[in-house]
Amino acid sequence: MEFSLQLKDRVRELKLVQRRLTAAMFIVVALLGLLLMRLAYLQIVEHDHYTTLSQDNRVKVLPLPPTRGLIYTQDGALVAENRPAFSLDVVPERVPDMEDSLKRLRRIIDLTDADIARFRQALKQKRRFENVSLRFNLTEEEVARFSIDRHRFPGFDITASLSRYYPQGALLAHVLGYVGRIDENDLRSVDQANYSATTHIGKGGAEQTYEEELHGRVGYQQVEVNSQGRVLRVLESTPAVSGADLHLTLNLSLQRAATEALAGRRGAVVALDPDTGGVLALVSAPAYDPNPFVRGIGVAQYAALLNSPDRPLYNRALQAVYPPGSTIKPFMALAALYYGARTPAATTWCPGWFMLPNDDRKYHCWKKPGHGRMDMKEAIIESCDVYFYELAQDLKIDRMHDFLDHFGFGRRTGIDLPGEAAGVNPSRAWKQASRRQPWYPGETLIAGIGQGFHLVTPLQLAHAVSVLATRGLSATPHLAGSLHPSPPAEEETISPPVETAVTLRHAQDWNVVTAAMHEVVQGERGTARHSGEGALYAYAGKTGTSQLFGIKQDEEGENVQDTDIPERLRDHGLFIAFAPLSAPRIALAVVVENGSSGSSSAAPVARQVIDHYLLKILGLGEAVPHGQT
Amino acid sequence: MDKPESLRLRLHVDPLLLAGILMLGAAGLVVLYSATGADQHMVVRQGGRMLLGLAVMAGVAQFKPETLIRLAPWLYSAGLILLVVLNFIGTGRGAHRWLDLGVGRFQPAEIMKLAVPMTCARFLTAGDLPPSWTRLALSGVFILLPVVLIAMQPDLGTAVLVMAAGGFVIFLAGLSWRAMLALVLVVAASMVPLWSLLHDYQRQRILTLLDPQQDPLGAGYHIIQSVIAVGSGGLFGKGWLQGTQSRLEFLPERHTDFIFAVVCEEFGFAGAALLIALYLLIIARGLSIAAGAQDHASRLLAGSLSLTLFIYVFVNMGMVVGQLPVVGVPLPMISYGGSSLVTLMAAFGMLMSVHTHRKKMLF
Repeated sequence: MEFSLQLKDRVRELKLVQRRLTAAMFIVVALLGLLLMRLAYLQIVEHDHYTTLSQDNRVKVLPLPPTRGLIYTQDGALVAENRPAFSLDVVPERVPDMEDSLKRLRRIIDLTDADIARFRQALKQKRRFENVSLRFNLTEEEVARFSIDRHRFPGFDITASLSRYYPQGALLAHVLGYVGRIDENDLRSVDQANYSATTHIGKGGAEQTYEEELHGRVGYQQVEVNSQGRVLRVLESTPAVSGADLHLTLNLSLQRAATEALAGRRGAVVALDPDTGGVLALVSAPAYDPNPFVRGIGVAQYAALLNSPDRPLYNRALQAVYPPGSTIKPFMALAALYYGARTPAATTWCPGWFMLPNDDRKYHCWKKPGHGRMDMKEAIIESCDVYFYELAQDLKIDRMHDFLDHFGFGRRTGIDLPGEAAGVNPSRAWKQASRRQPWYPGETLIAGIGQGFHLVTPLQLAHAVSVLATRGLSATPHLAGSLHPSPPAEEETISPPVETAVTLRHAQDWNVVTAAMHEVVQGERGTARHSGEGALYAYAGKTGTSQLFGIKQDEEGENVQDTDIPERLRDHGLFIAFAPLSAPRIALAVVVENGSSGSSSAAPVARQVIDHYLLKILGLGEAVPHGQT
Repeated sequence: MDKPESLRLRLHVDPLLLAGILMLGAAGLVVLYSATGADQHMVVRQGGRMLLGLAVMAGVAQFKPETLIRLAPWLYSAGLILLVVLNFIGTGRGAHRWLDLGVGRFQPAEIMKLAVPMTCARFLTAGDLPPSWTRLALSGVFILLPVVLIAMQPDLGTAVLVMAAGGFVIFLAGLSWRAMLALVLVVAASMVPLWSLLHDYQRQRILTLLDPQQDPLGAGYHIIQSVIAVGSGGLFGKGWLQGTQSRLEFLPERHTDFIFAVVCEEFGFAGAALLIALYLLIIARGLSIAAGAQDHASRLLAGSLSLTLFIYVFVNMGMVVGQLPVVGVPLPMISYGGSSLVTLMAAFGMLMSVHTHRKKMLF
């Protein structure tokens, strides 16, 4: 009984599996039938169509380059544009004899060995039926010459495209950078498909930082071409999407004024909007014309730029580091107030030098006979070294480091430009880590007047002044104001958050320092009083000198025999400033290399820049209250 | 007992199946010669692999199906361990697929193409048919464990094949049609919330997989050129060694995954149909062997292996004619390559084992 039941189960199970196998067979036959129908459709019904595609013609996919986004300054000037240009392109598989063609081509078109070498390199990376550019920026004459002989060069053709042009030339080279030809390294860092039609990529400056936004998205065309490579018709097309236009915070007119103020000297000017961190002007002098880099700069021309003792390719505004010198003193005074190490009224006697206990080395003040009795404001106004030696000794290096850190010293500001240097804000830990040496007391003293290990970029200095001008608020410096995508979509405003970087014990402590800085330029005893003469507004500043050669300098730039010292060994002149004194609109740092002293070289530059911004651009003029505090 | 039957039974060979395999192999070498651009060296190497495969097939056929089924859990465990280990010491072009054995490289995922259906067949037939929900659920786990590991390597093609091999056993074991429908609906429904969780670029990648025309500079290029090759072949083809699409190097992967396009271009609809007929013959023979098998386990195993061969063929050809997404599945016996060829031959060996070890009384 049990056996027969089991047998019945076995039979039922067997039938189930066999039904399933039959069903499977039906499905297999049906699906293979569908496959055959598809094959019949392609091979019988549509056969003629595909024969056309495969034999007489070839279907090719042509990438379409997107139009690179334009760059405008804050005052509406177009500073990076696209102009039509002609290039000579080659489809390798259509050239019967490449070597022979190149040889004959050299007779009618100017081809350098470098062009050929680069072309051969590009040949290896592309498929045989893809376009490879041989020469860029053909002259109209060359285009005409080639067009006459075109039939003798199968596979070669002239392509019209857009080429980047910087109408302001050197004026914005350190801001915008330039676009250069894509090399293998560049390709590794981008989406290769998106760059399949792109010949240039941002190198340096805003062109590099905003490469992704400016570039846009590649389009493509599926085209039919005949055996000679002529496009017969477009089968399908997806247009490229242009890159976004970039609007800078930088004001071209101010940039020009700052460049002219530096006139022929080496140095840098960085002007920021203290409220937003927007860069108003960023000058590194000397600069270079970026346009030859777009076309492909000649070896000799490049070597000349590279080997020039003035180093025009070097962006002093954010890559160069200088000892801040006395420009650090306002920050040291703030540190003293912050830690309660000094009251504003407490005085120090300056006999012209300072000595540490148990050390017979004399640390001199720049004023040999001494300043006499100095309180905090007087010490800033007259830039008394002895006051700050003593202050530094009380603060100690690590507290100085911690406080300066709030202002961004020793850290990259995070500006949207590549290659920024970090500078040095020294501390015990820093010296141990970088030099494996202990900290010596004497080093604290010279750190107190911004010499020794301290190193800052002009940009860092301008940022620190911004924090000071806004009484402790910090916004990351940025060049980009907004991005305007194409086709018109929501524009993207770029505004980094404003954060509180430092809070003093008493809000009026800021006034002590800013009032002193005001007197530096507009007081009777200020080190930069000459440059502040006749200003229609109240502003604040501080001079500084980066010692290069260990010769004592006069902060006021007087009584120094500049002519005795070779120009390149003279000290760098520094100046920081913000204006107007109340509700500041501009904060800036100026460095004039080998300018001897900050008051004689850098302070007048700052005055010119501030005059231009407040009077010409903002039109504030008489509206700004002028007065002594 | 008559003589000829005893001979083939003693050698454990099924002449019909063997004939189909040999014809397919010969066709494969002929097409490969053209697809490699008349590279004799590659053809000889592939021929050598086929001989090795035949030896493996003959070897496997000597075991009784019961023995093979008994080995299943061991094979499965070994394969699983290797897959896990592979994530740490695997070598290969970016993907963790290969295990270097010193003498040669070997893909543990291949083991799973056999071990998964064997294990499922054994496990599901240990109880009544149709299987209980518990057994079904556990078989699901047996299948998904290696599938996930293989998909992570990432080898989507093999993962699909292993999943199919296991799925077919469940299907043949009698999972009710209604349950299958429900499963399909659940999977489809789970796609909707999953889709909304994906990033834009991930969605784009999936869309490109489904519709390569969206990416004509990348994956779409393969499909466009492949379809032109197929269509331009016409009824009788351009002739052996005459395919312009493949000769002129327009067709990518022409000696591996896209070799069917070469068949279509050079031998036309007639040649492609003949090839499909050959596959149908082998699949049908496999299914008939399954139907005549002596016990449920070998029945399910033989059925699943035959249907997996079908999936191979269908996924590959569907891709070449531009109807299925591009996943890396070779055309069995025709595409250049050794690893999956040997696995396939071992599977044929199992079919022969199932067929030739039956007890006489059931004839």
